Amino acid sequence: MSRQTYCADAAHAIVTAHGNRPERLVQILVDFVKQFGWVPEDAVPLLADALNLSRADVHGVVSYYHDFRTTPPGRHVLKLCQAEACRAMGAKALTEEAERLSGLELGGHDDALSLEPAYCLGNCALGPAAMFDGRPLGRVDRAALEDLIARAAEPVS
Amino acid sequence: MKRVRVFVPRETAAVSVGADEVAIEIARRGKAALGEGRTGVELVRNGSRGASWLEPLVEVETGDGRVAYRNVTPALVHELFDEGFLDGGDHESRLGLADELPWFRDQVRWTFARTGITNPLSVDDYRQHAGFRGLEKAFEIGPAAVLECVKASGLRGRGGAAFPAGIKWQTVAGAEADQKYIACNADEGDSGTFADRLLIEGDPLTLLEGMAIAGFAVGASKGVVYLRSEYPLAEAVLERAVDAARRAGWLGENIGGHGLDFDVEVHLGAGSYVCGEETAMLESLEGKRGIVRSKPPLPALAGLFGKPTVVNNVITLASVPGILADGADAYAALGRGRSTGTLTAQLAGNIRRGGLIEIPFGATLGEIIHDWGGGTASGRPVKAVQVGGPLGAYIPGDALDVPLDYEAFIDAGAMLGHGGIVVFDDSVNMADMARYAFEFCALESCGKCTPCRIGSTRGAELIDRLRNGGDDKAADYDLLVELCDTMEHASLCAMGGMTPYPVQSVLKHFAEDFSPRGVN
Repeated sequence: MSRQTYCADAAHAIVTAHGNRPERLVQILVDFVKQFGWVPEDAVPLLADALNLSRADVHGVVSYYHDFRTTPPGRHVLKLCQAEACRAMGAKALTEEAERLSGLELGGHDDALSLEPAYCLGNCALGPAAMFDGRPLGRVDRAALEDLIARAAEPVS
Repeated sequence: MKRVRVFVPRETAAVSVGADEVAIEIARRGKAALGEGRTGVELVRNGSRGASWLEPLVEVETGDGRVAYRNVTPALVHELFDEGFLDGGDHESRLGLADELPWFRDQVRWTFARTGITNPLSVDDYRQHAGFRGLEKAFEIGPAAVLECVKASGLRGRGGAAFPAGIKWQTVAGAEADQKYIACNADEGDSGTFADRLLIEGDPLTLLEGMAIAGFAVGASKGVVYLRSEYPLAEAVLERAVDAARRAGWLGENIGGHGLDFDVEVHLGAGSYVCGEETAMLESLEGKRGIVRSKPPLPALAGLFGKPTVVNNVITLASVPGILADGADAYAALGRGRSTGTLTAQLAGNIRRGGLIEIPFGATLGEIIHDWGGGTASGRPVKAVQVGGPLGAYIPGDALDVPLDYEAFIDAGAMLGHGGIVVFDDSVNMADMARYAFEFCALESCGKCTPCRIGSTRGAELIDRLRNGGDDKAADYDLLVELCDTMEHASLCAMGGMTPYPVQSVLKHFAEDFSPRGVN
């Protein structure tokens, strides 16, 4: 995954692309996550200033949505679906397997990997479903997990 | 000299089991497949026909029609080429002509008529398959007649609430305002549902045409699609479809030379389930926290930025072009009772033949699960079926004779919702699922009303106490029943109001699963 390191200039460029419009705040933050992978604390006063909102308003929006993480993710992100259709296909046991293999708890991360819950990835006929760095995966089994977690642990080239 | 057309879906389910890799292999081998009057392969990335269980489903265009091959892998591609795949050659994965497969042939594809057939990004292909005929008809008959047509079709909102679309449109059309909006709800968060995604990835121009017709009918010049962030492929396809429609003059100013100004923007969600509730979605579209609004006022009168707004689900809007083109009567002739037209049922969870089927309302749940779905994937008995997403009731495996129509489901104490059908075999513990309903509500509650915000957490605790054999089980049970009642009747929206449905259904039908320590 190619992510850019957060800096004020790049943040301003995103805000400008949205015309400095406060009603674009959610879409601006979506773009932050696409570009930087997360929303650093420094972004809150920057956005409040640029959009003429209070810091509380911006903080409220950032903290409301699950996608707007305020800590940097691992180099790779593995999302495992926890919702009903995938549960019917053993998603819970698969998640425990992923926790064992990665040494992470669901929701946790290290430098290499973020292991995250998802609540429906829309691939409900081919469960258990997952997403690795934005790529959909269906019928995920233990072997597939081992492969993904090994790939995530490979040193940065 | 011709190039052989080979179709490999670019759709999330297909891609999740290797369709991209298959496409690469076919392109590579296709280059070498010269001679015999061919100049190679033309690879088309179509949408999916909805048979997720057959994906990647590859089709080859032959003189007789499109020949389908199921569950193709990159390794299989070479075998297929060796067996004369480009002439529809025989192989154990060969299914025959796609259009003649019973699973496809026996459906009534109204809204999904083109999905899986055409190139989703080609306006020409869309036109050749009757695209934009609905909008042309709208221009011909005028806005008032469009409203009458949608009303006469009996089309009801496919997002879950099943409100008559024509009445909603009429309300917006009758409102005086300097700006009106068409807001398409593509925040398809219910587990077991993927119809919106399949439509957007497979035939996005149908959605855009439906939105333009709505804009024409009610006098709205701006449309917005609120798409969930979990659907990156749908986002990419929809953005490109919007561009293609603009370039071809089907979005923008003075569409078709008929003076209609209408354009569409795509907004992304950010992982909040409750933003699928229409007023929370409007808040999110305004850049705010996705907190539910009190109703009234109705969004039809005071919606996005306080302006009159049509809020419709993807499938509702995408059904409209066909209704205009083929007539309200043709649509209303399908279905059962007040549930006219077709239902896009999504077969999910523990199911052998999972995917989307489009059929008229009226088939029973059992027919869908056993005849279409082939029973459970595990081969074990069906224990429970959840219809209508995480807020839907669990129906026991021996009570599946309920017909699929909105009223019949309400009578059975369930709801059809967005048509998602999640099947569980007998290895599931239903008390786990009841607890999960509360857990999910606690995680996703917007927090505005107390029954939902606090009740969800207390509910999960109560279930733990019941299962762990607390001191006073009878009192805990009564309290749980009372909590469900409070949430159902005192919550602001469906999130808190319907979370009790799955819980109550488990208490009613699967009480034995509450025995201490969850032994079945």
